[in-house]
Amino acid sequence: MKDQQIEERAVTAHTPRITARKVNVHYGTSHALKDVDVDILANTVTAFIGPSGCGKSTFLRCLNRMNDTVASAKVTGEILLDGENIYDPRVDPVRLRAKVGMVFQKPNPFPKSIYDNVAYGPKIHGLTRNKAELDEVVESCLRKAALWNEVKDRLDAPGTGLSGGQQQRLCIARAVATAPEVLLMDEPCSALDPIATAQVEELIDELRSQFSVVIVTHSMQQAARVSQKTAFFHLGNLVEFGKTEDLFTNPKDPRTESYITGRIG
Amino acid sequence: MTDFIAGAAAPKTSILGVSAKMRRRNAAETRFKAYGIFAITLSLSVLALMLWTIFSDGLSAFRQAKMTFPITLTAEVLDPKGNLNRDEMAKITTVGYGKLLAQAFEAELKAKGISTEGVSAKELGALLSKDAPGVLRAEVLANPSMVGTTQNRSILASGRVDGYLKGRVTRETAERDNQISPAMLDLADRLVAAGILSAPFNTRFLTSPDASDQRPEAAGLGVAMIGSAYMMILVALICVPIGVAASIYLEEFAPKNRITDIIEVNISNLAAVPSIVFGILGLAVFINFAELPQSSPIVGALVLSLMTLPTIIIATRAAIRAVPPSIRDAALGIGASKMQTVVHHVLPLAMPGILTGAILGLATALGETAPLLLIGMVAFVDNYPAPPMEGMFDPATALPVQVYSWVTRSDPAFVERSSGAIIVLLGFLFVMNVTAIILRRKFERRW
Ligand SMILES: Nc1ncnc2c1ncn2[C@@H]1O[C@H](COP(=O)(O)OP(=O)(O)OP(=O)(O)O)[C@@H](O)[C@H]1O
Ligand SMILES: [Mg+2]
Repeated sequence: MKDQQIEERAVTAHTPRITARKVNVHYGTSHALKDVDVDILANTVTAFIGPSGCGKSTFLRCLNRMNDTVASAKVTGEILLDGENIYDPRVDPVRLRAKVGMVFQKPNPFPKSIYDNVAYGPKIHGLTRNKAELDEVVESCLRKAALWNEVKDRLDAPGTGLSGGQQQRLCIARAVATAPEVLLMDEPCSALDPIATAQVEELIDELRSQFSVVIVTHSMQQAARVSQKTAFFHLGNLVEFGKTEDLFTNPKDPRTESYITGRIG
Repeated sequence: MTDFIAGAAAPKTSILGVSAKMRRRNAAETRFKAYGIFAITLSLSVLALMLWTIFSDGLSAFRQAKMTFPITLTAEVLDPKGNLNRDEMAKITTVGYGKLLAQAFEAELKAKGISTEGVSAKELGALLSKDAPGVLRAEVLANPSMVGTTQNRSILASGRVDGYLKGRVTRETAERDNQISPAMLDLADRLVAAGILSAPFNTRFLTSPDASDQRPEAAGLGVAMIGSAYMMILVALICVPIGVAASIYLEEFAPKNRITDIIEVNISNLAAVPSIVFGILGLAVFINFAELPQSSPIVGALVLSLMTLPTIIIATRAAIRAVPPSIRDAALGIGASKMQTVVHHVLPLAMPGILTGAILGLATALGETAPLLLIGMVAFVDNYPAPPMEGMFDPATALPVQVYSWVTRSDPAFVERSSGAIIVLLGFLFVMNVTAIILRRKFERRW
């Protein structure tokens, strides 16, 4: 079958962490996502690309059940995390979200201090035993998110007082601090300058050694730079999903080709 | 003019100067500002007028005419057996003490050489309050060792003398008054000159219980203030936890369906129900059915809670809804539970709004009169309620009800007292508002 072929084409013998089959999402009467099948492999960066409103964020939010919070959203189909259906009634979405972390499209730091923003996840999950350990986690996460040098002297300052790009990096640090196994990032670099973008891309590459990363991006170059697999969405359909270099150099679907060459969007 | 002609190049216009359209727009703006200023001035002047009437009528209630003179507590009268036994001494009624007071007063006038011409002995006694003997008796019974000594005491003057010092009673009204005569007023003038009669600050207005129609000078707000304070504490303890919990449930946890829609509509309806309806409900449910004691703060508080709860729920829900959803997403997205999200992030942000709503609700409850009338809080209550919690079941009145019952009394001395009670009520409200502001400051996040 088609998905197995994709797996065979993967260079290394990665195992799928998340397997999505026939995922449909309705917002009220509007059908936002149609029969999407995607495999997110371990230690791989997967990029979602596609024109605005095609359902990238919607699909991303299905992967950690953030769509539960949208009353009108109805998700059908099957999404397995390590072989377990995440929509099983026995699954506690809270535990799922601790494993599958998320960085949102719009930066949303807590109206608390920078330190507390990063420390919140480790605190509620009991990941650290004492203050010194927590300090260490906060520092390393802020360093990973390329924010440490800018905020190390004002960790007590409000997180909402940072610039838009700094806020987004703070949110990345916050998501990394809970040590997720899969990290979902919805356009994490849309508010960042090229330097910070490069740093975040470096972080993504680094994270790949431990977790799977899914990144939504509008930048084809970014998808090409950081990801090993790319999925192209169009009007709620998954049009094409494959190895990044194949998709960009040799698109199978005419819609993919016109999108990556800039003719639709 | 700046009219465009289609297709033709727009004529060059200057941004200096104003066009007719701009002038109309500016005029509308100026007019709107004028309306606003007019409305604010009008409401401010009405407020000022209201405060001025209340304060000019009511401030005098905080001063009270008193006679200061030495009283010899003769042992033969107060303790005929000479054994200082309280039970024996209690047999001496206020009549005995009244005589003692009258004698002491007369003796003082003689000693100071103040003439009492035109004033009979009975009228002389009428210058003192009918309340004074009872107060003296209670004091002596509480402390029997005073018997046989001479004590300097400030004794309440009668309501008419008090009115004379405050300008309410004049010689013309005294002509027509069977409780006072112009000669007595002349004597009062001499007493003031001799330093016996004065009008110091009236602590008893704030501490005493209510007094009967004949003794307006002794009436105070003590019981009403305790009653109101008890009720406010109870209402806060009942309404804030229930209201906040209900709002959190409805906003954050409840499914959005028909049932919650109906609940939502009905909460808004409840907020609009006239307060007297809650009084009838309280009478039927809490007094007749649950058999809680009448006139007690607990019943008053339950009724006021029913009335306040919808207000608090509506304000709290609005405050919770005003917290940006992205904050909830952020917390849920890193694996916080719903409860953690609410407690750690939503509630702190909603806190200022919740506090404002709660204090506003409590302030309305504090001023509410009608439902309390129905559950009997208008009764004449002479005894202080006990300290909490049992005092919550003792009879009490409330400040607004006290205002109401004083306004309905015939003696003009009560007019001043009801205005004074309103000042105290406003003082309560002021304290509550300041508390709200301080709490808001404390919780408000400046980021
Ligand atoms: N909460 C919602 N309620 C109703 N419809 C929604 C909601 N969220 C998204 N949609 C609809 O679902 C479709 C997909 O939206 P989605 O946010 O997934 O797009 P996207 O691919 O992330 O776009 P962008 O690149 O602009 O972020 C859109 O048509 C959008 O209008
Ligand atoms: Mg999106």
